[in-house]
Amino acid sequence: MYLLATDWFFIIEKLILIALVVTLSMIVAMYATYGERKVAAFIQDRIGPNRAGPFGLLQPLADGGKLFFKEEIIPLASSKFLFVLGPVLAMVTALLTSAVIPWGSPAVIAGRTVPLQVADINIGILYVFGVVSLGVYGIMIGGWASNNKFSLLAAIRGASQMISYELAMGLSLIAVLMLTGSLQMSTIVQNQLDNGWNIIYQPLGFLIFFICALAECNRTPFDLPEAESELNFGYHQEYSSMKLGFYLFAEYINMFISGVIMSTLYFGGYDIPFVNEASWGISQNLLAFISFVVLLCKAFFFVFVFMWIRWTVPRFRFDQLMHLGWKRLVPLALVNMLITALVVLLLNK
Amino acid sequence: MGIQYTNRAKPVDRSPMTWVERLYLWNILKGMAITLKHFFKKKPTIQYPEQTRTFSKVFRGLHILNRDEEGRERCTACGLCAVACPAEAITMEAAEREEGEEHLYREEKYAAKYEINMLRCIFCGYCEDACPKDAIYLSQTFTPANYNRKGFIYKKEDLLIPNPVTEPEAYQKALGTISRENQITEEVN
Repeated sequence: MYLLATDWFFIIEKLILIALVVTLSMIVAMYATYGERKVAAFIQDRIGPNRAGPFGLLQPLADGGKLFFKEEIIPLASSKFLFVLGPVLAMVTALLTSAVIPWGSPAVIAGRTVPLQVADINIGILYVFGVVSLGVYGIMIGGWASNNKFSLLAAIRGASQMISYELAMGLSLIAVLMLTGSLQMSTIVQNQLDNGWNIIYQPLGFLIFFICALAECNRTPFDLPEAESELNFGYHQEYSSMKLGFYLFAEYINMFISGVIMSTLYFGGYDIPFVNEASWGISQNLLAFISFVVLLCKAFFFVFVFMWIRWTVPRFRFDQLMHLGWKRLVPLALVNMLITALVVLLLNK
Repeated sequence: MGIQYTNRAKPVDRSPMTWVERLYLWNILKGMAITLKHFFKKKPTIQYPEQTRTFSKVFRGLHILNRDEEGRERCTACGLCAVACPAEAITMEAAEREEGEEHLYREEKYAAKYEINMLRCIFCGYCEDACPKDAIYLSQTFTPANYNRKGFIYKKEDLLIPNPVTEPEAYQKALGTISRENQITEEVN
């Protein structure tokens, strides 16, 4: 009886959704490496990869194949279990975040309304923060297990950076939560659909969030954990083959997911800008698809901006990084939070 | 004041940073505008194997050993090119022309062995200048590639231009790789 009572459709629907979201993140991350190289090339007046397939589109596959065939080296003095666990953790945490994101307006399949969201939990944004914080362990464990002082130092650098910037990020987010009154991702998006995008009310908050997102993804100008040229390649110095690939891949997934989260929190999620889509009179499924594409476009724009910044701004020194994080962004985020709280209180929203 | 080489010299500005400059964001935006401008610029890349750039008429590429219009080798193994060569890349062995070999070699003496080490060669073109018999030229061909060092020692067979009598098409094609100016002297001769 119990088996019959279970809503099998629900489970299948969620499983398919999970598979789709994970595949999507993987493919996007794969082509983000291609995009990164192309953007870098174009900014430096070059053409970039163009030999593998038309426009070099098969380049990510070739790179992946190369990584698979590289020799797998596990240092003798390393802690083997943790050494393998590091990249796995980095990858898993990067993928987990995508679970609470509403990817589009609900679709209708066989008379059922299917929300394009794996889990609409009421602490959505807290979940994202929790999982992102776990990402530190990927770096920390990787650096520690390598049993190499350079890796360890880089891991410490990375961990302290991510923890510092999480503070300002969280504080800037509280303002958004006060506007919405909920931690649920779908409510945040719905609120923006009704009242306009959060970026209008929270430009400073978005700026702080964006800078912190750069730091959380270990992107230039905050890529001190890696710093391949001057600081000895950072925490994945001892990694080779696909384990290194996992770390690099996780970085690109993180980038994509943080782009999606930024569009969800500040740029109306899957909202199609400047139009009233309800008046089009098209089917719900088509609308769901269009809104999904719109969300992707917003996310890709942020991914592009990340790359654009990477090839423009040089890396910060570590004390500058800490100075910016603790002495500039945290107070600024606090002020932003207080002002938002006052305004919300006065307008009695 | 030392010598001024350009008019772009700027005195160092030691005034304290303004509020906007200290904010850093505005300057980042300016930098991003510059990189975005480059993003849409026309790229100077030449897609090498498919496209090649046009070289100067006097480009000095790989050597070619010339023949006369009857297809006979011009080289008489005098050794002047080897003497002129600053990199000492050229070696040769002379031999005397036998009876019945008049259709092969233009004069009584010829090079039985003629080798240029392309790893030593600096493509200065002194051999071309030194040659009294119009026998050696630098062509437009370049980027020799090989799997081992031995392959970079070019033998006489590798260097000789195709025979204009027996292989006229290959000869014309090879002429195209010799620079224009040399073709003109060829015609004058």
